[in-house]
Amino acid sequence: MAYQFDFAPVFEHTNLLLSGAGFTLALTAVGAVLGIGLGIVGAICRAWRIRPFDSVFGVYVEIIRNTPFLVQLFFIFFGLPALGIKMTEWQAAVLAMVINLGAYSTEIIRAGIQATPRGQLEAAASLALSRFQIFRHVVLRPALAKVWPALTSQVIIVMLGSAVCSQIATEELTFAANFIQSRNFRAFETYFVTTAMYFVMALLIRQLLMQIGQRYVVGRAG
Amino acid sequence: MTMTRRPFLRSLCGLVAGVAVAGVIGSTDAHADVLANVQKTGTLRVAVPQDFPPFGSVGTDLKPRGYDIDMANLIGKELGVKVELIPVTSTNRIPYLTTGKADLVISSLGKNPDREKVIDFSDAYAPFFNGVFGPEDVALSKVEELDGKTVGVTRGSVEDLELTKIASPKVTIKRFEDNNATISAYLTGQVQFVATGNVVAAAVNDMTKLRRLGAKFLIKNSPCYVGYAKGEAALGAKLNAIIAKAKQDGSLDAIAQRWLNAPLPKDL
Repeated sequence: MAYQFDFAPVFEHTNLLLSGAGFTLALTAVGAVLGIGLGIVGAICRAWRIRPFDSVFGVYVEIIRNTPFLVQLFFIFFGLPALGIKMTEWQAAVLAMVINLGAYSTEIIRAGIQATPRGQLEAAASLALSRFQIFRHVVLRPALAKVWPALTSQVIIVMLGSAVCSQIATEELTFAANFIQSRNFRAFETYFVTTAMYFVMALLIRQLLMQIGQRYVVGRAG
Repeated sequence: MTMTRRPFLRSLCGLVAGVAVAGVIGSTDAHADVLANVQKTGTLRVAVPQDFPPFGSVGTDLKPRGYDIDMANLIGKELGVKVELIPVTSTNRIPYLTTGKADLVISSLGKNPDREKVIDFSDAYAPFFNGVFGPEDVALSKVEELDGKTVGVTRGSVEDLELTKIASPKVTIKRFEDNNATISAYLTGQVQFVATGNVVAAAVNDMTKLRRLGAKFLIKNSPCYVGYAKGEAALGAKLNAIIAKAKQDGSLDAIAQRWLNAPLPKDL
């Protein structure tokens, strides 16, 4: 007997899916802002060899980039309470995403900073720009402009990766999908809709970040 | 620590097969006096699980062990006969009985109307329930008292579905992917209570002394019964007498303590 597709049992839970998608986007937004912020600090420490922070960030980057996100999340949620550090599932999810994106963006932005020729810094200094002006206009902005597409991709990877936060009962989009699927057993329909939602969300984030990049980063960097 | 108790569909398949086979064999078996036959041959053939700890599993000595095996031996001792254990799966345990290959099924068998059409059940001999568990020193006796509290549960499990129905919106239900995550969340203090099965709770208490799980209130009760062939009233009466005696003299309680780490519930 052919499988009878029926999407109605999934659309009964539209509210749940929408709120799940909202939480995924919120997690991603907070994670992206703080994660890229952390990445900028890390990148500067590493690119300019500011001791001892350059080696601290070096160790951090290696640990995070060489372990699975799910394990990092479990360590924060199930492991840290042993040390008396207890977090809600949302705090644990945000923290895990910030730490994860922070490590990747440190490396991405460092590449951008190191790609800026030393001569430009000297030129800026000879124009009597202040240290802060040099940092802002000659170091950071051109660096971000160079790596903006890579950062955008990394943010989307983190957004998609947030799906595993459902494992610690964070009620984001994948949690909503699993929940619905556990109630109506319509696996194909539920995950089809969820996949489509993730796809649209990823496209939206890419568009949004490209707009932001054009307007605030790339556009003025040249 | 698997908790899915004999999936319903599988039991149903077994039941359908059982009904079909019973229909083919006809009424010849129904007239046999199992009790007299057991006493004549001196052997009691009992269908027991071997894949469902703590009710029945294979020990390190490769012999079956568990609550159901102890129960089978207890009945054999009371009848004064030798016990022959027949390992069965959840699918074929009822067909074993209906085709006369076993005299009794002691296989963590729950009662339901469909099964009652095919076989008879003794009184309950083992507790099997889903409930809310929590720290032993915290008082909690009904679902209303959960308001404002956090309960962990494995998503999609029977206890999830039932608790979702009975709990008010003021209860925070956190749904985890599997039993391990649910139990970890409780042991690490991420949730105050958990809804799970008594068998899971027993296994957890057996493995860790951290935040022991005490039963708070019942969500769904489905105790285990001894199954026997239809029309065997003499056997049924004898079984009930043995179970009643075992409940009274504490030997059933000892089995419960040994395998479930908890005393036999008073209302069983």
